[in-house]
Amino acid sequence: MLELKNIHVRFPAGDHTVDAVRGVSLSVARGEIYGIVGTSGAGKSTLLRTINLLERPTSGQVWIDEREITGLDAESLRAVRLRTGMVFQHFNLAHSRTVEDNIALPLRAAGASEERIRERVTQLLELVELSDKRHAFPGQLSGGQKQRVGIARALANEPPLLLCDEPTSAVDLETTESILDLLAGINARLGVTIVIISHEMAVIKRICHRVAVMQAGEVVEENAAYDLFATPQHALTRELIEKSLNLTLPPRLLEQTKGTLVRLVYRGESAEEPIIAATARQHQIHLNILHGRIEYIAGRPIGILIVSLEGDSRHIADALHHLEIKVAQLEILRHG
Amino acid sequence: MGSTPLDVLISDLAKALWETALMSGISLGLALLLGLPLGFLLFLSRRGMLLENRVLNLLGGFATNLVRSLPFVILLILVLPLAKLLTGHTTGPVAASVPLVIACVAFYARLVEVSLSEVDRGVVEAARALGATHWLVVREVLFPEALPGLIRGFTVTAISLIGYSAMAGVVGGGGIGFLAINYGYYRYETGVLIVTVAILIALVQAIQVASDRLAHRHDRRRR
Repeated sequence: MLELKNIHVRFPAGDHTVDAVRGVSLSVARGEIYGIVGTSGAGKSTLLRTINLLERPTSGQVWIDEREITGLDAESLRAVRLRTGMVFQHFNLAHSRTVEDNIALPLRAAGASEERIRERVTQLLELVELSDKRHAFPGQLSGGQKQRVGIARALANEPPLLLCDEPTSAVDLETTESILDLLAGINARLGVTIVIISHEMAVIKRICHRVAVMQAGEVVEENAAYDLFATPQHALTRELIEKSLNLTLPPRLLEQTKGTLVRLVYRGESAEEPIIAATARQHQIHLNILHGRIEYIAGRPIGILIVSLEGDSRHIADALHHLEIKVAQLEILRHG
Repeated sequence: MGSTPLDVLISDLAKALWETALMSGISLGLALLLGLPLGFLLFLSRRGMLLENRVLNLLGGFATNLVRSLPFVILLILVLPLAKLLTGHTTGPVAASVPLVIACVAFYARLVEVSLSEVDRGVVEAARALGATHWLVVREVLFPEALPGLIRGFTVTAISLIGYSAMAGVVGGGGIGFLAINYGYYRYETGVLIVTVAILIALVQAIQVASDRLAHRHDRRRR
């Protein structure tokens, strides 16, 4: 569907240059929701904007549907853009135009008849559940409603690919969830491939199938969303996930607890086995659960536990060995 | 002379009003017809805009600055040969309209450019990202989004024009401002001065109020 090959973007910044994107290659399969996550300034937005050439890469290739688009003339590029939706963080709606006219813009760009425009706008308003706001102006809408208009506008020409640039960063938490559910529904029902940028792991967790983690213009890790959460490799990924799962223990509790502290991550399939109880019994140690939660990533559960192990040091070593085989990830936070 | 202020007003006021209307009509009409597209061109030829063109932008910018940097009286005299060429006269309200048009077009073009530069870039970018042609971006985004500013800029142009047109008296343009200077100032006809100034104040107020209402009606941002 979409393939980026060795994308570099270099900006002039005064007397020097800034490398916003450094050699990113990635591919997005048809029907996928692909997340790009990273801290601000990592080059995520710049990378996303190279996909429809709002930002021209300094070097590298952009392939959409087996076609390289960086070499296209203006009119062919416009044809590609008509088939590529885009949703923006700050909605970017024309305030002087009604909801209907805003949604109609891409249809007018595609040369649709007025009759076809009316009909299509009706469908789109139903899709985003704003049928009663057809003649309203953007200034009369809430943030979430504005973003729904933005999504309807992006989908006007039934594009197979939708680019989302931090679509939930300017709305509140509750609205974020409804916007994400809307996007997930569009993906599931209409088969639209979605590339979504976010600095929030919560967004990725809720809807993405695959994820790339960006830092300083490079993709440092890429994986299926579930595996990324279950077994993060890069330090930044771990940090982002830890923040998102809120798994830090209060310092006081950490001081008071004796023994070896371990963090266990186990996947859905092993969650049903009584690992903890069995380990404690078999290896004659005390196993204390200090913190735990179950997260659902793309609908599949991941269990995370922080436990303390107390007992004979040889028994503990055996127990850790036993646990390591059973769980997806084991990390020793502190040796006893 | 023996004429009373009332005599002057009866004999010359209607003529002066007509001359002002004529000069304003021609100048504002052409300011809209030429200044609006010129302002769009100045904006669209900027770096990173739809019709990015450095040479065009610099030349256009230089031309408008040149006109605006000349005191209007100087411009008036400088373009006399051009007025003669275009209208066949060097005096009268039609000939005086030539420098007024030049000044108004340059003035309004800059105000148009300023209004356009205040339109949210993101909206223009969204339209481009979704495949809009340049013309569609202008028609559906830039023009409607900038409309309140375009209206207000036109008002500022119209009010400045009334001031400029008084100077058109130098080349026999006539008009209400000239009446004020000629009778009220040079001939110490205080009565004429007061009446004409009152008319000018009322005129400017009326234009401003009408424009504010119109601009407000087209402004959706604060609703």
